[in-house]
Amino acid sequence: MEFLADLFEWFSDPINWSGTEGIPARLWEHIQYSLIATFIGALIALPLALVLGHTGRGGLLAINLTNTGRAIPSLGIIILVYIAAGLNLLPVYAALVALAIPPIVTNTYVGIRSVDRGVRESAEGMGLTGFQVLKDVEIPVAMPLIMAGIRTSAVQVVATATLAAYIGFGGLGRFLIDGLATFDLAQMTGGAVLVAVLSLAVEVAFGALQNALVSEGVAPRKRTATIRAKLGSTTA
Amino acid sequence: MDWAWVGSHLDDIQHLLLQHITFTVSALFFGFIIAFPLALVAARYPRLYQPILGITGVLFTIPSIALFLLLLPFTGLSETTCILGLTIYTLLVLVRNTVEGLRGVPDDVKEAAEAMGYRPLALLMKVELPIALPVVIAGLRIAAVTTIGLVTITALITFGGLGAFFIDGFRRDFATPIIVGIVLSVALAVAADLSLVGVQRVLTPWARTRR
Amino acid sequence: MSMSSIRTRRVVAAFAALALLSAGCAAEDGTLDTGGGSSDEGGGGPVTVGSVNFTENIILAEMYSAILEDIGVEVETRQPGASREIIFPAVEQGEIDLVPEYTGALTAFVTEDEVTTTSTEELVQTLSDELEPDIQVLEPAPAQDQDGLVVTPETAEQYNLETVSDLAPVADELIAGGPPEEKTRNVGLPGLKDVYGIEFAEFKSLDAGGPLTIEALESGAIDVGRAFTTQGIIGDKGWIFLEEDKPLIPAENIIPVIRADASTPEIEKALDDLSAKLTTEALTKLNALVDVDKEDPVDVATQFLEDEGLLGN
Repeated sequence: MEFLADLFEWFSDPINWSGTEGIPARLWEHIQYSLIATFIGALIALPLALVLGHTGRGGLLAINLTNTGRAIPSLGIIILVYIAAGLNLLPVYAALVALAIPPIVTNTYVGIRSVDRGVRESAEGMGLTGFQVLKDVEIPVAMPLIMAGIRTSAVQVVATATLAAYIGFGGLGRFLIDGLATFDLAQMTGGAVLVAVLSLAVEVAFGALQNALVSEGVAPRKRTATIRAKLGSTTA
Repeated sequence: MDWAWVGSHLDDIQHLLLQHITFTVSALFFGFIIAFPLALVAARYPRLYQPILGITGVLFTIPSIALFLLLLPFTGLSETTCILGLTIYTLLVLVRNTVEGLRGVPDDVKEAAEAMGYRPLALLMKVELPIALPVVIAGLRIAAVTTIGLVTITALITFGGLGAFFIDGFRRDFATPIIVGIVLSVALAVAADLSLVGVQRVLTPWARTRR
Repeated sequence: MSMSSIRTRRVVAAFAALALLSAGCAAEDGTLDTGGGSSDEGGGGPVTVGSVNFTENIILAEMYSAILEDIGVEVETRQPGASREIIFPAVEQGEIDLVPEYTGALTAFVTEDEVTTTSTEELVQTLSDELEPDIQVLEPAPAQDQDGLVVTPETAEQYNLETVSDLAPVADELIAGGPPEEKTRNVGLPGLKDVYGIEFAEFKSLDAGGPLTIEALESGAIDVGRAFTTQGIIGDKGWIFLEEDKPLIPAENIIPVIRADASTPEIEKALDDLSAKLTTEALTKLNALVDVDKEDPVDVATQFLEDEGLLGN
């Protein structure tokens, strides 16, 4: 197929690997947008969800936040904030952070809530303060779900950061938007492949991080898989 | 927020809302009739689960703009392209949730039913599916809400549903259509989500008596 | 029959009814029509009008739609698309029936060649030769909208810029901006390099004279912007079009392009009557009404048609 030949040519053309418009530059821009947005999202979402989970309040909000958050059209947010704030990165980050927060809140909340009551009570019985219970008992036990939440967030942000290009910024979305305008299928596919590869890389990275952070013997796999299915984690 | 604009554009709002709903319902319908058999196969033959999940998962990581564009040479600048792309995106969630739901049926329940003489089809319809229903519907809810969001991206290929308002407002530096588009699509998603929860409650009467 | 299966049937029935209802509404509303005119009965089914996402093209498409509806033709208007590269293939394949086009640019697109002639007759002839019998080009309007390069008065003064040639010695200090397709089209960067020897320090992909380009020029994020000669907003901002002093930009008369199987003699006459009234000055004013005064393109289009006595059949 001629299309595959074009795609191969796009990837092997040295021009596409150099300069401010080359693959490495766009990849780096994309990683920056995604990293910063996920980080800010986690910074906002984690404390909120940890407190809600620990105290058991705000459950309805926390659990339904992810699905409602999924409903917010990122393209609309970017454009609306652009009209309000002008041509800078604020619209991009507003949309990406808004996207990153819900999965982290919901997953963290459910994770903390799912800590066995008996475990919590025995910890309190041992004289641990509320904060210590959270830190030393609840968070470690909830870690798989917390990590799953951040992972879901990161992957969604990577996919959506492509929209930055719609308002003239960079990132891998540039290949998509420019490819669309010139109907250059090779460029668009190249961009899509790069985004997909980056998503997979993020997933793998989080998988490794999770293995490092989650202690053994925590949360049987099967239960987590079902919970994650219900929460809509789009990662394996 | 220019309410006069809203008043004079009710026709457009209705037209785009309807387009949005039609695309969503179509995608969910086609997605489900593809995903359900795939999920049944994956649940019966666990070795196929990873590959099926893998393929639908990869499709999901393709950025939506790209998927719609890549379909253009095949299905043209048409509704078909939009619905096809939207359908593809529902597959991962629907397959994954249906399989997880079926897997969540306890083995002893299945064995008891088989011992009582249930044959495979009856086992599926009367035992496995009802138990799996909450997780399956959770999948439909996620797919519905995700699809409603993705419809807006089809604005880049001359459709868009409510997303068309974003492009219009952007070009004219005019916030009102954008706000209308966002509010209505979120409202639509919440409505879809709540109706599916309602469907779940109707279909699982046994779950209601638990506190 | 158990309680839950009665309920199940009711729920399924309710959903089926809802799906049918929404399908019915959509069909009546025209949402499900797939680009009309691809049937063989010339003019049967709705005529699908398309446009590219910039103000002028949208106003023109709205004019075409309004005028066709006025003579009793059913019209479906598509949302604007990213560029000719996306929209025109859809015309060739029958998804879209009618688009407002530009003689020079379309000729360059269709022949995949460099086109610099300023002879409208030559361009229309070439288009007819290339596109017929499936696609017809109708009468060109007197109005022309050509690609131009815009700078602020401050930039013009700083670098001594009056003509496009003046850019050549200083281009490597300047940042340019325009739609992504500038990078590949001959009237864009490749042609600027070949004909004028211009190579900018950087080119930013923005939009076709739209809000991104305007704001980038305003804020100084770019020094030179790709804009179009009928954009009233350029004059309104006091910005300057550099004079094209070498042959690069062809004539760009507005011309309706319609699929033969969607066209009828009545449709052709209506569009020709409209084209005759479109002058460059008129078009520039209409663009300014939308871009500067923030009026609705549909209202602006309809008002023009009424003022010119084109409605009321």
